[in-house]
Amino acid sequence: MLKFTVRRLVQLVPILIGLSILVFVWIRALPGGPAEALLGERATPEAVERVRDLYGLDRPIWQQYLSYLGQVAQLDFGQSVVSRRLVSTEISERFPATVELTIAAMIFAVGVGIPLGFLAAKRYQRPLDHLSVAGSLLGVAIPVFFLGLLLKYVFAVKLHWLPTVGRSAATSTSPHPTGFYVLDAIITNDRVALVDAVRHLVLPAIALGTIPLAIITRITRAAVLDVVNEDYVRTAQAKGMEPRVVDRRHVLRNAMLPVTTIIGLQTGLLLSGAILTEHVFAWGGMGQWLYQAISYRDYAVLQAGILFLAIVFVLVNLLVDISYALLDPRIRVR
Amino acid sequence: MSLAEAEAKEFQVEGEQLVGRWADARQRLLQNPGAVVGLVLIALFVLVGVLAPLLAPYDPGQQDLSLIRPGVVPGPSADHWLGVDQLGRDILSRIVYGARSSLLIGVVSLGFGALVGLTLGALAGAAGGWVDTVIMRLMDMMLAIPGLLLAIGVAAAIGRSLTAVMIAIGVVNIPIFARMLRGSMLSQRESDYVLAARALGVRQSRIVVGHIVPNSIAPVIVQATLALATAIIDAAGLAFLGLGSADPGVAEWGRMLAETQSFLQNAPHAAIFPGLAIVVSCLGFYLLGEGLREALDPKFRR
Repeated sequence: MLKFTVRRLVQLVPILIGLSILVFVWIRALPGGPAEALLGERATPEAVERVRDLYGLDRPIWQQYLSYLGQVAQLDFGQSVVSRRLVSTEISERFPATVELTIAAMIFAVGVGIPLGFLAAKRYQRPLDHLSVAGSLLGVAIPVFFLGLLLKYVFAVKLHWLPTVGRSAATSTSPHPTGFYVLDAIITNDRVALVDAVRHLVLPAIALGTIPLAIITRITRAAVLDVVNEDYVRTAQAKGMEPRVVDRRHVLRNAMLPVTTIIGLQTGLLLSGAILTEHVFAWGGMGQWLYQAISYRDYAVLQAGILFLAIVFVLVNLLVDISYALLDPRIRVR
Repeated sequence: MSLAEAEAKEFQVEGEQLVGRWADARQRLLQNPGAVVGLVLIALFVLVGVLAPLLAPYDPGQQDLSLIRPGVVPGPSADHWLGVDQLGRDILSRIVYGARSSLLIGVVSLGFGALVGLTLGALAGAAGGWVDTVIMRLMDMMLAIPGLLLAIGVAAAIGRSLTAVMIAIGVVNIPIFARMLRGSMLSQRESDYVLAARALGVRQSRIVVGHIVPNSIAPVIVQATLALATAIIDAAGLAFLGLGSADPGVAEWGRMLAETQSFLQNAPHAAIFPGLAIVVSCLGFYLLGEGLREALDPKFRR
């Protein structure tokens, strides 16, 4: 197992180097050149000169790349043109919001998707099965931002059941030691803040979680359908084992292997898919920040945000591979 | 029996029994109700997109602010079947022209992505060795960035235009097609009929072009159909984030949704109709894609 983990970690190195080269080339390919891009359109010649100096833009390209790599390794992503704050500070403030939203969306998708997919397979070719197949098709065809707008209109604007935007009520003064609002409310034992945070989380989580819900339902259904015909399931049934025990020990346990992979892959995708959802619900995480960076042409933020999310995506996929190997011993020896 | 005779016999058998692989797949496809619905939806979408100037009752950019009163944006009526938006523009006409933008973006971005991706994939699969390694590692890096993020990066670097959107979405497709064709070719390369062709002394280039590529193409067709659905959603997403065309007169479904965000309470119809247009056209491509997968993939023939 250790050998497998080390091998996967080593494979990570070229990908990370490649990513950094891609982003490094990207920032140099921007219209107007990197200094202008990093400073914005109204940069003074002195400021441009200062940035050229700071980034060593007069030096040979490979030296520039090495110093860029050095800065990234120290989490120095420069300064936002719009807020004038350090990009790394903003990431540390905003990343928890996106992670919280992603986790909530995934809890929704897994909590509904696995039971639904399982039941659909158990009632193969019956109404619930057809409904789940049609539903998962619709789920991938609805753009998250359209679903978000619909949910917002029905449950927030019309019915007033849930708040329209943000992570907490505007009047809230609760402290946020971790940046995860739900966790913060639990730590500080603040019931009002907890209810408030959860209420704000519901609609964005459902909007963001619908695509993984559709995919998880589908994969679970297909995996269970595959497994129920296996010989070991028939053997278990033949020896008179309780149907519920057969389902739990033999069917679900084996069907979960492909589902685990999908859950991991989708979690990585959600972190970036949150850009659209966060924009609809003014969530205040990485996604909304990147949206603002696009609007203001804030390239320092964009390059850091894209690099950061891509690295997180790669790391999440690594964790998926490792957990997959833990679950399925056959993988490790390959 | 000479080689020519053997070949002739083979064709005869195909003609009699198998009706050919593609006719077989077509038959299977037309027996699948989902795929037929998908085909109809796609036909509708393409027709609307192509015939937009004939079908749209109004100019999509024409504003009529006299229709708008504070807090009131008129919904569906006899004059404007789907109502007007916050600037008094006819929503039906904008949706019809939006289909044209989506169709254009979808086809061009797919064409660009598939062309580059398939070329790279075929090169990697046919050449092997260091060419294969270099190309595939590059593709891995592109896949390491989530699709939407990659598209945002490319579109933001090029600037606001429909061309930028097409390139951005096309770039996302490149590694997907490259990997798929290469993988498919590698598995075909090990097959018996390739060994047979090689044993008969057929040239390497002819084996690749005449045997391996045609037999590897089925998953590519399925992927292309699904990629069109993704292209429509991603283009709408980019436009929603303000990365669509710089010309405000150009009707795009994603931009229509973005513009109605602040008018949601007064004009929900202005968001619902373009949203439904995206859902329906994507559904068409997904349904057809699923149908094609089942028709072309022997594993689904149960």
